[in-house]
Amino acid sequence: MPDQTPPATPASDRIPVTVLTGYLGAGKTTLLNRILTEPHGQKFAVIVNEFGEIGIDNDLVVNADEEVFEMNNGCICCTVRGDLVRIIAGLLRRRNKFDAIIVETTGLADPAPVAQTFFMDETVGAKARLDAVVTVADAKWLKDRLKDAPEAKNQIAFADVILLNKIDLVSDEELREVEARIRAINPYARLHRTERSRVAIADVLGRNAFDLDRILEIEPQFLAADDHHDHHHGHDHHHDHDHDHDHGHDHNGGGLKHYHDEDMQSVALKTDKPLNPDKFFPWVQELVATEGPNILRSKGILAFKDDPQRFVFQGVHMILDGDHQRDWKPGEARESRIVFIGRNLPEAAIRQGFESCVA
Amino acid sequence: MSEPRADTASIVDRIEPVDAEGVVGVACLGSVPVFVLGEEALLFAGPDGAVRLPVHAGAILDVASDGKRIVTGGDDGQVVVTGADGACETIAADDKRRWIDHVALGPDGAVAWSAGKTVHVRTGKAELKRCDMPSTPAGLAFMPKGFRLAVAHYNGVSLWFPNLPAEPERLVWKGSHLSVTVSRDGRFIVTAMQEPTLHGWRVADGKDMRMSGYSAQVRSLGFTADGAFLATAGSEQLILWPFSGKDGPMGKQPRLLAPSSARAVAVACHPQQPVVAVGFADGMVLLVRIEDGAEILARRSSGGAITALGWSTDGTILAFGAEDGAGLLRL
Repeated sequence: MPDQTPPATPASDRIPVTVLTGYLGAGKTTLLNRILTEPHGQKFAVIVNEFGEIGIDNDLVVNADEEVFEMNNGCICCTVRGDLVRIIAGLLRRRNKFDAIIVETTGLADPAPVAQTFFMDETVGAKARLDAVVTVADAKWLKDRLKDAPEAKNQIAFADVILLNKIDLVSDEELREVEARIRAINPYARLHRTERSRVAIADVLGRNAFDLDRILEIEPQFLAADDHHDHHHGHDHHHDHDHDHDHGHDHNGGGLKHYHDEDMQSVALKTDKPLNPDKFFPWVQELVATEGPNILRSKGILAFKDDPQRFVFQGVHMILDGDHQRDWKPGEARESRIVFIGRNLPEAAIRQGFESCVA
Repeated sequence: MSEPRADTASIVDRIEPVDAEGVVGVACLGSVPVFVLGEEALLFAGPDGAVRLPVHAGAILDVASDGKRIVTGGDDGQVVVTGADGACETIAADDKRRWIDHVALGPDGAVAWSAGKTVHVRTGKAELKRCDMPSTPAGLAFMPKGFRLAVAHYNGVSLWFPNLPAEPERLVWKGSHLSVTVSRDGRFIVTAMQEPTLHGWRVADGKDMRMSGYSAQVRSLGFTADGAFLATAGSEQLILWPFSGKDGPMGKQPRLLAPSSARAVAVACHPQQPVVAVGFADGMVLLVRIEDGAEILARRSSGGAITALGWSTDGTILAFGAEDGAGLLRL
């Protein structure tokens, strides 16, 4: 087959790995089979959990037996998936047989140990890179799962891309309701409305979501590119809530409901004053050391005083990965922006700490 | 890149290149160097040229050799034993075609392998034994005395007598253990961990010992022929832990030899002499004499990391695999 829609290839020759999550029955395996059968000319190695029931149509399928290993560094959230370390090392011996790896997790899996494996295991990190966490959500049942299944909420909070699936089974009203619930937890993921997990391959593969060079912007993605409400709200939805929890209300006539999730939120910080790196790094290290178990994801673009380059970082729980990215462009606003997505985050204290890092 | 080592004695002009890619292990069957390829085949570098022998329908995940035979485990679910004559026998096939993650060779022709959480042993009399581990095994090694297998896994090592019905004895240490090595006299067991550190136990009393200070995971380690030292990769030098005393390395400092700007990634102890071959992440190979740290340059840095390093049982051939080539040296 000719390469019709090749995903963006990064400069690095590390094998890209896409992680598919989603609660039981949301449509993960349907998405997986769709990816595998599209005429994209790519070959995949697929890692599935042992309890999968639907057949996978692919040459290279490996069964994983979820083994979450703690690291000996005194941090309970520093975990890796021992099974993935083993399987990816084995797959890399046949790396000319495939172009990318897809990991389908169980419906109850926590995405964090999967993601952390790529940052904490040297061998895996040297040869493979996490491309994105893609979460499939059931438009009809997600609302209930967010109430009774902490795993479902974790998967939404952790996602880079969310497929809101089975939209043909819900009314327009219900759809807006569930989207608002998702946005209350994770305003930053790309959201695609789908039926039977039908989505353009380029929307789920080759995302480079964990690539520091691709942290170009961390604007909330209130409305997905394929969303027919094609306009943008000009204000922040994720802080300064002055309303009671758990009720919807309309904004700007767009019909987008606005919720505050009881325990999972994002905290967005922003300043146009340059930061002092000698204050910032100790602060953020201390923050992830103490709040690490509650912080699922973090991302930031930073402007340090007297530094011609912008600094970018991203993190999973208490693991932070950061580097100078490039020179600030002439005329580019030298703003610092950070986002934390997590559980019961002490927002006021985080804001205060961040403001004290101003140079 | 390593420093040029201009003053170091060199035997690099004696390298015989071998056309092999993706080498994950080397062994010598008698006087014939064998290169274990990551996919499917063994490459016999005999006097009449290299012969490629397909042994698995897929990746070769682990390999062990005692100089007379090579045992390999594949992602085709098969355990294959290959002799010096090139005859290969599939001694086991996993019924669910699960990967054979690890293999080990024991006394009297015994073979051990693991698939999923289960460890299997085929004794010299071709009897099959099996034992389930608390988590997926990450390394297997037979003890030198008694018919006993050490199995590394999450939170420690299990010591299993395949011929006895008893539950394995557990040596417990929290964390992920990635390989297991037994001292020549069987008194000590050492594991390499997920973190850049080694953990050891004195078998007699289960006393713990921690060997740390590495810059990376210790992917290669082995005891010297006389058992006096444990040679280890994982740092920008060769690290040798003393094991001759009754307390092993406890309370002692390691010897640090062959400092380099590149990381040591493979070690192979000479089968008779107190000499260690050290392969580096930049492709350099050094022969290091433990007594005085004298070095011989066996391969210049080339860019690609050394992936496998091994001696023939008589110590006259050193074979190596690298990301950018393979070869052997006759000494």
